[in-house]
Amino acid sequence: MNGTIDVLLRLLGVLVVFLVFPLLVGQTEHKVMAHMQGRLGPMYAGGFHGWAQLVADGVKFAQKEDVVPADADRTVFQLAPAVALLPYLLVLVAIPVGPHGFVGQNLDAGLFFVLAVMGVGVLGSLMAGWASSNKYSLLGGLRTAAQLMAYELPMLLAAASVAMAAGTLSLPGIVGAYHWWWTPWQLVGGVVFFTAGLAELQRPPFDMPVADSEIIFGAYTEYTGLRFALFLLAEYAGIVVLCGLTTVLFLGGWHGPWAGGVGWLWTLAKTALLAFVVIWLRVSYPRLREDQLQKFAWTVLIPLALAQIALTGVVKVVTS
Amino acid sequence: MSPVPGSGLAKGLAVTLKTMTKRSVTAQYPDAQPELPPRTRGVIALFEENCTVCMLCARECPDWCIYIDSHKETVPPAAPGGRERSRNVLDRFAIDFALCMYCGICIEVCPFDALFWSPEFEYAETDILDLTHERDRLREWMWTVPAPPALDPAAEEPKELAAARKAAEKAAAAAADSGSGSGSGSGQAGATGPDAEPGPDAEPGPGAGPEEGGS
Repeated sequence: MNGTIDVLLRLLGVLVVFLVFPLLVGQTEHKVMAHMQGRLGPMYAGGFHGWAQLVADGVKFAQKEDVVPADADRTVFQLAPAVALLPYLLVLVAIPVGPHGFVGQNLDAGLFFVLAVMGVGVLGSLMAGWASSNKYSLLGGLRTAAQLMAYELPMLLAAASVAMAAGTLSLPGIVGAYHWWWTPWQLVGGVVFFTAGLAELQRPPFDMPVADSEIIFGAYTEYTGLRFALFLLAEYAGIVVLCGLTTVLFLGGWHGPWAGGVGWLWTLAKTALLAFVVIWLRVSYPRLREDQLQKFAWTVLIPLALAQIALTGVVKVVTS
Repeated sequence: MSPVPGSGLAKGLAVTLKTMTKRSVTAQYPDAQPELPPRTRGVIALFEENCTVCMLCARECPDWCIYIDSHKETVPPAAPGGRERSRNVLDRFAIDFALCMYCGICIEVCPFDALFWSPEFEYAETDILDLTHERDRLREWMWTVPAPPALDPAAEEPKELAAARKAAEKAAAAAADSGSGSGSGSGQAGATGPDAEPGPDAEPGPGAGPEEGGS
């Protein structure tokens, strides 16, 4: 009985994080992006500096008509947002926040689980692109597929490097094995992982699949109302997951001063900092062209990731 | 090429971060009114006391948004034995701001400084017919016309002022002359009559210097 309540509480916690954190990131993006461009951003919704803007957006989306194009593949079309969103909820379960079992579920092959499930999220975009019966959607979907092919590999290689260093696939185990010198040691891998993650989320500057000036909104062109909102939510949930994972794998998770008491706060602070960097990159850089995007993955990120694995191996052999 | 590869990327990040720390430039309009310079093209005000119904504005208007009606009145002779004069009396002056394209040609072309720009811009209506401002409403805008900005320190004196000053000087000289010698004084006083006429005309309308109205 106690165990059941424990599990329920953990799942409830994960669900709350899943529903709240993406909104926080979204609101931060509104405000940070605005101020980086010399604007104020939302100022009215909620009364104080537009804090309720995303709530208002949600209400608006809920009121809109849910349109399915006549020629669309109905089932696949309607299922796609869920396929895009749910993997991130599942991944959140496995991300450790603090020491002593402060995690939704401690999995032995946590890293494997997390990377495998995150890959599923991209399927949502593919399904949406294929099922919409719209040439822009199809183009967006195919670009998503190409991007997934190119960036999943460096991401996995960088993650494998950390797993080699820690000697375990369990996420709490990796954080437990962390030492401060891991961050400089795995720096290249961390950058590759973060960059590849950005590309998989189709965040600018890697947002070619949704390039609005060319293909409207890529795979999401035909979506309206709540289903569209779910796709947007998936993007922001993806940011939370990516930043959390990067924190856990490369920045030492809960490690920091007074880690025993406020370790979870360290994880959250590092995640928030990375989320800020995600927004910062979006504001600063223009979109990469499709060929540049592919070239960057295959000629820069993958060699870097391989070099990182070699470095990890050498250091591991020398120190053991 | 930049000396260090990737330095451009860092520069881009620095620019956005620096902008974030500065005050934003957004003007929070409905909460804070904008500071508009004089002669901002907000709305056109009519100083109907100056209008002579010459119709120049209505004829020059590119989209014909000015409506003028008038009738003639006969004025009895000013001096006994003189001729009766006719005078135009303004019946209707209206500007349809739904048509107006704010080119300012009417203000430019008015030879009597009866039209002025006012910076007021909050006169949106729910009915398009209400955008036709009749004579009384156009006259009300006149109170919102700001004083023109001061001239540059070394600028030439406005023509009207120069004329008025010259007339005043002549009048003063004539007064001094008539004080000393009576014969020549009366002759000069007659000569200054036509010269002095621009003086009263040049007096600025309420809230606006006429020399600025057309420029």
